[in-house]
Amino acid sequence: MASQRDIRRRIGAVKNIRQITRAMQFVAASKLKRAQDATLAARPYSEMLDEVLADVAAVLGGEDHPLLATADPAGKRLVVLITTDRPLAGPLTSNAVRFTLREIVDHPGSVTMVTVGRKGRDAIRRAGIPIEAHFAGFGDRPTFADIVPLARLVTDDYLSGTYARIDVVYPHFVSTLTQQPTLGQILPIVASTDTKGIPGNQFIFEPDPSAVLEQLLPRYVATRLFQAVLEAKASEESSRMVAMKNATENAEELIEDLTLSYNKVRQANITREMIEIASGAQAR
Amino acid sequence: MTLHLEVVTPERLVYSDDVDGVQVPGSDGELGILPHHAPLVATLGSGELRIKKGNSEESIAVIGGFLQVRPDKVVVMAESANLAAEIDLERAQQARRNAEKAIEGGLSGVPDLSAARAELQRALLHIRVAERRHREGPRSHG
Repeated sequence: MASQRDIRRRIGAVKNIRQITRAMQFVAASKLKRAQDATLAARPYSEMLDEVLADVAAVLGGEDHPLLATADPAGKRLVVLITTDRPLAGPLTSNAVRFTLREIVDHPGSVTMVTVGRKGRDAIRRAGIPIEAHFAGFGDRPTFADIVPLARLVTDDYLSGTYARIDVVYPHFVSTLTQQPTLGQILPIVASTDTKGIPGNQFIFEPDPSAVLEQLLPRYVATRLFQAVLEAKASEESSRMVAMKNATENAEELIEDLTLSYNKVRQANITREMIEIASGAQAR
Repeated sequence: MTLHLEVVTPERLVYSDDVDGVQVPGSDGELGILPHHAPLVATLGSGELRIKKGNSEESIAVIGGFLQVRPDKVVVMAESANLAAEIDLERAQQARRNAEKAIEGGLSGVPDLSAARAELQRALLHIRVAERRHREGPRSHG
């Protein structure tokens, strides 16, 4: 049986761990709030952009811009996987990676990846899937400007014909307890047809529809990616918060158990000493 | 009859209110929009967006993006948008000096140079909008 001192030392160590996990839990909670706010604040823009795209798509079609064309099913695919840079975020990354790998197995063909976040890159590299590019550290507050290089890279790759289809995989933020790995098609763009009551062909386009489209499509790509990154951020923080909450609770349980066995050992020692004294006195 | 104006950027909703009219810097020149305007989609240049509301006028510095007009609603989707009242003149001037220094310093990297140019353009616009506001104050039409 472990000595009294050993157990006391272990209790101290577990208490330290509990302190750290609890601090991480609170930090994640406050970051989650911020990430959720950012996700909500970015929503109006992307909704409006969808609407304008629907207006333009009512006038122009796939033959007017390559970004709107339909995907060649036999072509190569590029998958952008958005994960975290930092560890201790629960099963978030492994779920997203598993989801991606299943998607790749289910749809055979040539696939290349672009990874955002160190954790995802490491996992994809281990799985032996080619990585074309890696982006790290959008930080705690990703800005739209951070996403622009990524958007440009995938758009250029698509336009040059290297890939026929580009998807993004990210952990969709359902609630604090649930994050669902989700796949969204980035390119070619699938325009919505809902023009909110006014037929798209009644709009005047200034200077003309194709000039608007030319400006619109790259921004649309960047906005979709930005949304995915914001969602991933909110998912990361909520997943970390829950993981750290569990860790704190486990530490508390462990402390209780250890305290119990510490008291048992202590009592046993006292009893033993008393027997020794008593039997010593008798022997005299 | 009023017009509902929304100004959004990829990061946030900047302005949302009912207004009497708005003047927008289009990519091919200024566009004045009043209620019952014909449906329109236009690309945005950079400049000052002026909002007329009752007796007062507000302005927003906007750069790049789009504008969608419906009979009762105008939505401006800008790359960047800052309310004139929120612009810190000193900080804009500091940003201008930094950007000028970066350009003069002969940055060789192409992305850096274009980023510095964009930053300079933005700072100049902010200074222009903020100074005009400073000079005239929030204008009122008796």
